[in-house]
Amino acid sequence: MTTPATANGEVIVEVENLVVRYPISRGILGALRRRPRLQVHAVEGVSFALRRGEMLALVGESGCGKTTTAQTVLRLLEPDSGVIRFHGEDISRLPSRRLRALRRRMQIIYQDPYESLDPRFRVRATVEEPLVIHGLGSKEERRTEVLRALEQAGLDPPDLFLDRYPHQLSGGQRQRVAIAASLVLHPDILVADEPVSMLDVSVRAGVLAILSDLRGRGLGILMITHDLSTAARFADRIAVMYLGRIVEEGPAHDVVHNPQHPYTRALLSVVPKRDPRQRENPQILRGETPNPVHIPRGCRFHPRCPMAIPACEETDPALRRPAAATSPEHVAACIRV
Amino acid sequence: MLAVSDLHVWFELPGGRELHAVRGIDFSVAAGERFGLVGESGCGKTTAILALMGLLPPNASVAGQVLLDGENVLARGEESAAPHRWREIAMVFQGAMNAFNPVRTIGDQIVEPMELHDIAEGRAALRRARELLEIVGIPGDRVSRYPHEFSGGMRQRAAIAMALACTPKVLLADEPTTALDVMVQAQILELLTSLTNDFGLALVLVTHDLPVVAQVCERAAVMYAGRVAELGSVDRLFHDPRHPYTRLLFAATPDLYGDEAVASIPGAPPRLDRALAGCPFAPRCDRAFSPCPTVTPRLLEVEPGHIAACHLNDPAVMAAS
Repeated sequence: MTTPATANGEVIVEVENLVVRYPISRGILGALRRRPRLQVHAVEGVSFALRRGEMLALVGESGCGKTTTAQTVLRLLEPDSGVIRFHGEDISRLPSRRLRALRRRMQIIYQDPYESLDPRFRVRATVEEPLVIHGLGSKEERRTEVLRALEQAGLDPPDLFLDRYPHQLSGGQRQRVAIAASLVLHPDILVADEPVSMLDVSVRAGVLAILSDLRGRGLGILMITHDLSTAARFADRIAVMYLGRIVEEGPAHDVVHNPQHPYTRALLSVVPKRDPRQRENPQILRGETPNPVHIPRGCRFHPRCPMAIPACEETDPALRRPAAATSPEHVAACIRV
Repeated sequence: MLAVSDLHVWFELPGGRELHAVRGIDFSVAAGERFGLVGESGCGKTTAILALMGLLPPNASVAGQVLLDGENVLARGEESAAPHRWREIAMVFQGAMNAFNPVRTIGDQIVEPMELHDIAEGRAALRRARELLEIVGIPGDRVSRYPHEFSGGMRQRAAIAMALACTPKVLLADEPTTALDVMVQAQILELLTSLTNDFGLALVLVTHDLPVVAQVCERAAVMYAGRVAELGSVDRLFHDPRHPYTRLLFAATPDLYGDEAVASIPGAPPRLDRALAGCPFAPRCDRAFSPCPTVTPRLLEVEPGHIAACHLNDPAVMAAS
């Protein structure tokens, strides 16, 4: 079972009105013809908070800005505007020399454990490397730290794995090694970018259980996923993104069982269910998500929305509590709900 | 329409070793039916359908029978496989949407198999390409566009159109929605369903994704270590699984509305480059008992149309132990 959302846990990360844009090269010809400089509006005003002991899932389709959001929070990308607070301190403009100390406390694990581990490094070296880079601990202390991290990541008994190479490990074990390498630094938050999508179904749950367990030990986890079933099952809160915005956010149970935004409703209706008897009518949206270079005016979802009215072309809706929401923390950006 | 019996595939490995990837599987698919072939990576599902197409690499050898409308495709190797390939049995490969030639138009690439198989030529072929695009939900005038002008979902539709170019009766689709977003996945699954309903196409959907099969297919086979562990209607597989692997695989899959614990299956599948004794799933099974490590379970019919390879269903074994 997922642990209940610790709504009163201490806020570790707070993001306010985050904006990230990528310029598009217009090429020499474009410059000569004075074509306007275009930008990809990857993240357009995203705000959320991540608390200690909580797992927040950022869900959405590819191109919605979920990965850009997470990478900007870690300052792997530069925000155009907005504020990122880490334990209350604004880190959005922190110079890079001061980021190293910060990064000890914010770690990320990537989607593909086949790519993210160095094939020439034994498990021991991979997991120890962050400590060496940060110049932490004596050799003996580092060894203890490595064993502890492997154990926390579910590689038990840890000494069995120390001398293995990645090719001697299964996909699930590799992802656990990646998790262990992020844990040796005792981070406060862990960003997990599609942590199980490359793994076989039979081992996914084990890796997710490790993340769930770490959350229980007080870590704040920001999980990025396109898989709503995984988010529904493991996250405390879900934020649904569409074209660079959070369009709905709330406790996972509320978002899944009482979705308010028409995009969330459509998305949930097309998630395949395990039970063949639950073949409900999928509400398939036609076309694909518009290109984030030209964001529709008004509500960005209105061209595909089954509930759109003329006002939706004019009003860019803000997140607020819908009338039918039962939790005070459940918000959606739609003028129709 | 398609009947596979006792299909085996071996790969010859360097050093004289041999990998027995598909170890005797049987299934059949009727016209208009949607059949799922489910399993984890390495279970032999892709190898099996490549064998049906006669598209295995040269180091592979095949045995068994593949009847297409009553004719054995495997009887004389390439000689008997080639006339059926694309004309009667076609395949959408995994990642097909990314396999288009970037410097040729979509239309040219759909026309190519038609010309190769003397289905149509020139203008007539191009007209047919337009029709095919319309069938898969792409406006016909896009026939002269290039792959980069299509979105991922449209390229996947175009890949399906290309497989349909020679009006096959059986379509094999290998992980056709794996790289797609959930909304585009729904669109593609809707398309595959309508092709079976409207044209009587027999569909074999190969995937690791149980919920996709549960929603789209009527029947499915769950494969493990090169064999069929269980085969039946998707309803029975979910509501009354008779092989522990099927039950555990469903239990390892998170469900949007399910609230029971999601648990992974400990251990890993066996290596297939050596002989297997007993039930291949026994080391990971939560119900394994005395005969499992040594005696290979028989595929038994547990109810009409529902078969499973587990000693728990075998009265003879249960009585003896």
